[in-house]
Amino acid sequence: MKALLTLAAATVIGMSGAAVAADFKPAVVYDTAGKFDKSFNEAVFRNGAEKFVTETGIRVREFEPQNEEQREQGLRTLAQRGQSPIVAVGFNMASAVTKVAAEFPDVQFAIIDSVVDLPNVQSMLFAEHEGSFLVGALAAMVSETDKVGFVGGMDIPLISKFACGYEQGVKYVTENAEVFQNMTGSTPAAFGDPARGSELAKSQIAKGADVVFAAAGGTGIGVYQAAKDEGVYAIGVDSNQNYLQPGTMLTSMVKKVGVATYQTWKDAEAGNFQPGIKVFDLASGGVDYAIDQYNEALITDEMKTKVEAIKADIIAGKIKVHDYTATMSCTY
Amino acid sequence: MTAQTDVAVQMAIELRGIDKRFGAVHANKNIDLKVEKGTIHGIVGENGAGKSTLMSIIYGFYEADKGEILIDEKVTKISDSKVAIASGIGMVHQHFMLIQNFTALENVILGAESGMMLNVSMEKARKELTRLASEYGLDVPLDVPVEQLSVGMQQRIEILKALYRGARILILDEPTGVLTPQEAEHLFKVLAALKEQGNTVIIITHKLQEIMAVTDNVSIMRRGEMVGHVKTAETNREQLAELMVGRKVLLRVNKTEAKPAGTLLKVNNLSWTDSAGVLRLDNVNFNVRAGEIVGIAGVSGNGQSELLELLSGIKNIQHGSIEVSGKTLDENHQLTPSEVRDIGVAHIPEDRHKMGLVNSFAADEAFILGYHRNDVYNAKLLMDQAAIKNDCAEKMEKWDVRPQDPKLKTANFSGGNQQKLVIAREMEQSPDVLLVGQPTRGVDIGAIESIHNRIIEMRDAGKAVLLVSVELEEIMSLADRILVMFDGKIVGEVPTDVANEQILGLMMANIVPDEVKALQKEAHS
Amino acid sequence: MSQQRIPAWVTVIGVPLVNILLAAIVSGFVFMYLNISPIDAVKTMAYGAFGSSYGWGYTLYYTTSFIFTGLAVAVAFHASLFNIGGEGQAYVGALGVGLVCLLLGGKIPFLLLLPLSIIAGGLFGALWAFIPAWLQATRGSHVVITTIMFNFIAASFMAYLLVEVLKPEGSMAVESAVFHEASWIPKIWELAGTMGIKMQRSPLNLSIIWALICSVFVYFFIWRTKWGYEIRSLGQNASAAEYAGINLNKTIIMTMLISGMLAGFFALNVVQGEAHQIKLSLVNGMGFTGIAVALMGRNHPIGIVLASLLFGFLYQGGGELQFEYGVDPRIIVVLQGLVILFSGALEHMTKHPVENAYLKLSQLVGKQEAKGA
Repeated sequence: MKALLTLAAATVIGMSGAAVAADFKPAVVYDTAGKFDKSFNEAVFRNGAEKFVTETGIRVREFEPQNEEQREQGLRTLAQRGQSPIVAVGFNMASAVTKVAAEFPDVQFAIIDSVVDLPNVQSMLFAEHEGSFLVGALAAMVSETDKVGFVGGMDIPLISKFACGYEQGVKYVTENAEVFQNMTGSTPAAFGDPARGSELAKSQIAKGADVVFAAAGGTGIGVYQAAKDEGVYAIGVDSNQNYLQPGTMLTSMVKKVGVATYQTWKDAEAGNFQPGIKVFDLASGGVDYAIDQYNEALITDEMKTKVEAIKADIIAGKIKVHDYTATMSCTY
Repeated sequence: MTAQTDVAVQMAIELRGIDKRFGAVHANKNIDLKVEKGTIHGIVGENGAGKSTLMSIIYGFYEADKGEILIDEKVTKISDSKVAIASGIGMVHQHFMLIQNFTALENVILGAESGMMLNVSMEKARKELTRLASEYGLDVPLDVPVEQLSVGMQQRIEILKALYRGARILILDEPTGVLTPQEAEHLFKVLAALKEQGNTVIIITHKLQEIMAVTDNVSIMRRGEMVGHVKTAETNREQLAELMVGRKVLLRVNKTEAKPAGTLLKVNNLSWTDSAGVLRLDNVNFNVRAGEIVGIAGVSGNGQSELLELLSGIKNIQHGSIEVSGKTLDENHQLTPSEVRDIGVAHIPEDRHKMGLVNSFAADEAFILGYHRNDVYNAKLLMDQAAIKNDCAEKMEKWDVRPQDPKLKTANFSGGNQQKLVIAREMEQSPDVLLVGQPTRGVDIGAIESIHNRIIEMRDAGKAVLLVSVELEEIMSLADRILVMFDGKIVGEVPTDVANEQILGLMMANIVPDEVKALQKEAHS
Repeated sequence: MSQQRIPAWVTVIGVPLVNILLAAIVSGFVFMYLNISPIDAVKTMAYGAFGSSYGWGYTLYYTTSFIFTGLAVAVAFHASLFNIGGEGQAYVGALGVGLVCLLLGGKIPFLLLLPLSIIAGGLFGALWAFIPAWLQATRGSHVVITTIMFNFIAASFMAYLLVEVLKPEGSMAVESAVFHEASWIPKIWELAGTMGIKMQRSPLNLSIIWALICSVFVYFFIWRTKWGYEIRSLGQNASAAEYAGINLNKTIIMTMLISGMLAGFFALNVVQGEAHQIKLSLVNGMGFTGIAVALMGRNHPIGIVLASLLFGFLYQGGGELQFEYGVDPRIIVVLQGLVILFSGALEHMTKHPVENAYLKLSQLVGKQEAKGA
């Protein structure tokens, strides 16, 4: 029933920009996980759509496809109705965006996590390896066993990029630390399988891991639960997930897809839509580690100083974090 | 037997204006019926006349749309069978409602247990049943699983079940259909004893000789209506048949002496075991010559069905051989049913609903079943609809199948017309050998005579006819020689002029009377 | 027993219409619960499904899919085989179509490729139905059980192929490469455009013609050929079929092969006509919906085409509700469920009342006519 409220937020009347709002019709198509996945899609909803609506009063059309086929129909219907720009959430949308963007050259599209090389498409990429490096460093700092775990969602380069950055961060702090890595599956279903996530996390914990990082969408929920049950730390992903299991969640590797989405609409509204690849990295604040009231007790000042130093070094280029997708391997 | 007149006539059951529709089907039309207390009341009618519907209304399976039911002269609303049982009505169905691996005792108390402890009910029931058994001649072994008992025994358990529940009015639906003549005889004694004690019996049947033998009064139904109530003593079979059918019927078959020629069908040492390992046919040997009808008598389920299915290629031969149309078939030389047809064997199956027809098909489609691949019915890729329809229409006219509508759904024909359709289909292929199973089962009296005449015509045309029937009258009036089967074996052969119900009945129970033994010895020497 | 004849149209058209009406009324209550005016909802659905060439393009596109899966179920039903494996057969059919397009697309002319992809789709679908059919015929394993298990096997098998074999290098989404443009089945809007008729883009493609051809084929096959006769005999009365000398095993296998073939054709519409690539779980439950379609359509091609249209309308119109009101997309499933409930499960609830109403009405009319005369 919660999804019935989809547009409740969209009808909130804002205060500014009402004059321009009339012909600015932004839209977003979430991935099949749905916008309340507590992770990736929800980040777009909370920090993108919801925020944009509250601040500008402009209605954002949203669509949640139920299956693969509806992704394309959703994009096409929105384009047909003159919505623009349309943000497509997730790499799974790539082929649909490629097709529909070609059919509607006058409509602006943006896609997260994938590259679609068309003149009316903005491709939003994130430096997940940099953010993962930071949380990897934090994991190594708290680990007493010098063994940490990584649970990925679907076995694809994008997730390996997280894993590889994380591993580098861990080893940067503790050179001989062990990093256990598991992927949940090879289809998108791997992003929504908390039972399997819990299973994988438990086996890693059994091997001695005392920090587990999940980059697995909805599957992560199971990983965090397992970590809590076994009394070890977990690290969240995409959204700030610290609130999910306070005391267990060491931090979250936030990927500011919502902010990026918000920015894309803002730019387009101002007439500054930029097609082509747009990278959101540590320097631009596109990725980061999260500290809030739920985990501040877990991160000591000493740790914070250390990780801030690392962050500065990465931004300054003193630390080079290897990007898995550049070579399709994690050799650095 | 006469109706009791010495006491003031009291009604056990009275129906007033009972009316029942099933959608478009008007099954019972304004039925009135009075059943006197302490009598045996027969209800006769052709298949589909509405007898079973009426009894189901009395027993509370259906509720009538209109009308009222009086039991012991009180209006009673029978909303379900519990009410019926409480009102003292008991029903013995045509198909027994017994749990096969329960004993008689367990079956009787099922649903009538008193209290939590089973053994208490059991002991109580045992006492009561022993009393009932001795009173009415309903002896059954109480502690043997029902599946090991004969059909006649099972029927007794059904009657005991009803009496145990306090039935004073007993309804029996086609009770003798599956019984040997001896078993039927015993049943009638039981019914007479029940009547003697002041109980009322309603018996539904289409066998007129039974009606004449046991009932006091008869009611006749036709097409959903009650068309007559008569005292048995004041009527006769011909009159009843006429009332049932609505016109005069000839109950005797006229036939001339058979003129048998060479053997067309020969069965040698045929044995067959079913998948459960039961020996269904045990070393069967016989032959059928051109121009004769060989009848196989026996209680159903003694191997007749298996025999027909082996002869027609439906079942595979396991042991022994069949010589037909110059071919010898054995376990290494099997033919499929269509190949058997191709060599000139036609088969009118025992159960037209189960095997002979497809009820949801139009008549012309059912008419080509088994011959649907024949060239005459097929154009190149598609079937020749016009040819099929025309052929069926032509044969319907010739065989007097009514209504003459080749496109009418098979299920909408009466039993007799369905059977005529099957018979027309098989006989029109002019086979050399004709296998006939239960040709008049569930067929209206009116149609029986024409079916019998057709079978005799086939014989006179020089065909070999094998006739399987559980109706002794039918066997005796059609067959030229009679074989009796029991438990998969041929018990013996009786020439028709020697055969009577007594002899055949004994043989059906595996007792060969001396006079038959003598005849058989004579034939062997 | 007297029997007044009920004309065929009362049971074939009247009863289903009453059932759909009942389903619509209950759906109306669902909308009222969601604070949506039922009238507006119907208008939105109707506009979404038929209001524009875009809308009916989608509606007919879905209709095409349902015709294939519905026919597949119906053919098996005639032999009283319950093939609920349409889902898997269609999925594997997509592999056949996809392989032909991937390997030969752009290398041979479309007119040569199309027959090959049709054959491949049908063949792969049929093969996926063959094993359950063979098990049923020779081992007595019930096709309901085996076909549903084969759906799972198909899902895993296809996921494996897509991830390990068909996924192009560098792509992260689980889908094959896009087929060469020369292998795509032409869209109706493109064809209309060449004839000067302006239509909005929609996925509706020429497969719909093939679906209709298949419907005609099924009609003739089931009711006009000796094979269809044997299938129906088997389905209506297996012992009569055996008595008639029909080879039951062969007939079971033949029926299931044809059923699987029809399910396989689904891929022509969705894969070769629209997606132009093999995607993960592309059948999306449409194989199962085919069961409802066949049920509603009474296993007759004409009924199936009409039922497919109804389900196409529910799919497209229901999707429109989601856009317009932001209702949960699963509303489509609710609507479908109600239609299936009333026209399938509760069919007999309305059959007798409708027949009786007809009889009463005809008696009244008869009386009045008598008075008039």
